[in-house]
Amino acid sequence: MQQPKTIIEKIWEKHTVVQEPNKPDLMYIDLHLVHEVTSPQAFEGLRLAGRKVRQPERTYATVDHNVPTIHRSVIRDEVARTQMETLRTNCAEFGIRLADIDHPDQGIVHVIGPQLGLTQPGKTIVCGDSHTSTHGAFGALAFGIGTSEVEHVLATQTLWQSKPKTLNVQIDGTLGTGVTAKDLILAIIGKFGVKFGTGYVLEYTGEAIRNLSMEERMTVCNMSIEAGARAGLISPDETTFEYLRGRRYAPEGPAFEKAVSKWRQLATDEGAAYDHTVHLNASEIEPQVTWGTNPGMCLPISANVPDPALIENKEEKASVEQALAYMGLEPNQQLTSIEIQHVFIGSCTNSRITDLRKAASVIQGKKVHPSVRAMVVPGSFTVKMQAEQEGLDKVFKDAGFEWRDAGCSMCLAMNDDVVPAGERCASTSNRNFEGRQGAGARTHLASPEMAAAAAIEGRFVDVRQVAAPTV
Amino acid sequence: MEPIKTHNGLVYPLPKRNVDTDQIIPKQFLKRIERSGFGQFLFYNWRFDEKDQPRQDFTLNQPKYKGASVLIAGDNFGCGSSREHAPWALLDYGFKVIIAPSFADIFYNNTTKNGILAIKLSEDKVDYLLNQAEINSYILTIDLEKQKVHDELGFEADFDIPAYHKHMLLNGLDEIGITLTYADQITQFEQTYN
Repeated sequence: MQQPKTIIEKIWEKHTVVQEPNKPDLMYIDLHLVHEVTSPQAFEGLRLAGRKVRQPERTYATVDHNVPTIHRSVIRDEVARTQMETLRTNCAEFGIRLADIDHPDQGIVHVIGPQLGLTQPGKTIVCGDSHTSTHGAFGALAFGIGTSEVEHVLATQTLWQSKPKTLNVQIDGTLGTGVTAKDLILAIIGKFGVKFGTGYVLEYTGEAIRNLSMEERMTVCNMSIEAGARAGLISPDETTFEYLRGRRYAPEGPAFEKAVSKWRQLATDEGAAYDHTVHLNASEIEPQVTWGTNPGMCLPISANVPDPALIENKEEKASVEQALAYMGLEPNQQLTSIEIQHVFIGSCTNSRITDLRKAASVIQGKKVHPSVRAMVVPGSFTVKMQAEQEGLDKVFKDAGFEWRDAGCSMCLAMNDDVVPAGERCASTSNRNFEGRQGAGARTHLASPEMAAAAAIEGRFVDVRQVAAPTV
Repeated sequence: MEPIKTHNGLVYPLPKRNVDTDQIIPKQFLKRIERSGFGQFLFYNWRFDEKDQPRQDFTLNQPKYKGASVLIAGDNFGCGSSREHAPWALLDYGFKVIIAPSFADIFYNNTTKNGILAIKLSEDKVDYLLNQAEINSYILTIDLEKQKVHDELGFEADFDIPAYHKHMLLNGLDEIGITLTYADQITQFEQTYN
C-alpha cells in the first residue's frame, strides 16, 4: 500500500526538477507574480548578465504597492512613478503580461491572481511579497521570496528550496455568529505566537476550515507569514472547484472536469503524518483586536490590555512595555475604551467583495463617527466595479467613508494614504508593526465588521452587540 | 557577491525580539530601483526623529558602535515583509554577520543571497554576547569554514549552517549561474510536465 501523504509532499514531489545530496531541491515554479517594488533590481540583474525571462507566460505583473488610490491620472510622487514606469519598461522588454494602473485587471497581486483563475490547486506560486501565502487557500504551495529569488525565477523558472517541515493547524468546531476568518487567524497567532510556523508549511484542517468560503480561506492563509510560516494552505474541495469554475485562466469545459479530478487527488490522504500539529476550537473564539506591535499581540474584544507588572519573563515584560509605550495604551485598559481616529478597510487580507459586503452590512444607514476618517480601498478594479453594481459604494459614501481605487494603500502606506504620528487606526490589514501605516502611527488589526463598527462608534466595540447578526 | 570566509569585527548589540523588516528599512525607502545606497536608511525610524535628526537614545548612533560589522539581535530577527532591501540596508551600512537565536525564513534566505552570514546561537550565548557588547568595545571573530565564533576572552561557540548556504557564502557564488548549468534538466522537466 502506498504511504499516505500530505498535500505539501504531493506538490513537492511533482515539482522537483533536481534532487542531489547535501543540497536543497531544485523546484519548478508554475506561476510567478510580479509587482513594482521588489522587481526592478531583478530585471536589472537579468539585463546586466544578458539573461532572458525563461517562461514569460508563467509570469504576470501588476502595480499595487505604491499606486495612488485617488487622482491617479497624474502620479505626483516622482520616485514611485519611476518605479511604475520601470515595471512597464521591463514587462515590455521581457514580454510579460502587465495589468497596469489603467488596466481593468489591475489590483493587489494577491487579489487578482485568484480572481483571474491564475491561482489553482497544486501549483507552486511565488511573488516578491510575503503575503503570497494567500494563494495557499486553493491548495497551492505559495510563498514570498526576495528580489534575488525573483531574478532567479525569472531566469530559470526554478528555485533551490529545502523541503519544509509540515504543521497541521487543526481547527475543530464552528465559528460563532459575528466571528470571522480574520478573528480565527488572529486568534491562532495570538495563541501560538508569531514564530510557531517558522521552518514549516502550515496546512489548515478541520471542520471550521472546511466551512469557510474561498475568500475567507484567503484571509486565513494570507496571515500564515504572521505566524512565521512562508506558506500556509488548505486542501482543495468542492468550495475551491466551484470558485474556480468559469474564471478566465481556469480550464474550460471538459478540461475543467479533468482538472477537477486531478485536483481532488491533491488533498491530504487520511492518516498522513505531519511533523507537528496544533489544535484550536473555533467555538471558543471571539472577535479579536490587536493591542500591540505584532500580530501575536491580540486579544478578544471583551479583554483588557495586558499589565506588564504581572509578567514574570524579563524579555516578555520588556516587549509588552515597549509595545504599550509605542501604542500609547495603559496597562489593564479595556479594549472597548480605545478610541480611534482612522479606519482602513482594504489590503490583501480583507479587500474582496465579501469583505466589503460584510463591512457595508454593519454600517448600512449609519454615519461614521465625527472624529474618524474612514476609507475603503477595494482589492482590485474588478472588486470595485462589482461593489458599485451592488450599490455598496453608496452605502459607504453615505456613511461618510472615502471610496478609493485599488491598491495596497494604507496597509503599508507607501503612497499618500498614511496615518499621522500618534494617531490610531482600526485596520483590516495584516501588520501592526511600529510605523507600518506611517511613522509613529498606531495600528489595531481587526476584521472588516469590527473595523466598520469602530468607524461608527469612534472606538472598538463588539460588533455582535451593535449590528444585526447578518455577519 | 563577495565571498565570506572569516570575519573579525566590532559588535553592535540590539537586544530586541521580533525585529521586523519594516523596522530594518521602513517602506518610504523602498521606491528606489537600485540595490545600492540603502545603508543610510537602516533602522531609520529608530535612528532618526521626525526632523530627521539622530536620536541619541538609539544606541547605534553612539560613537562606540561606529564601524560595527557584527549585529547581535533577539529572537525571530527579520520577520514580516519579504523586502530584500532589509539585507541590502544592513550590508550597505557595514554589517557582514548577524547573530540571533532565530531568523525569519524569508529574511534568512535573503541574507545568504547577499553574502551576509546569519548565525543561529542559543539564547544564553546570544545573551552573553549582547551583554559583552553593551559594556565593552567588543570584537568577535567568525570562521565560516570551521563554523566557529570566538572572542579574545575565551568565549567560543560552534554553529550549524546548511552545507549549501555555506558553500555559496564561502565562494561568493552566483546562484543563477549555477542553476543554468542544469538547463537541460529544466527543459526535460518542462517537456514531460503537465
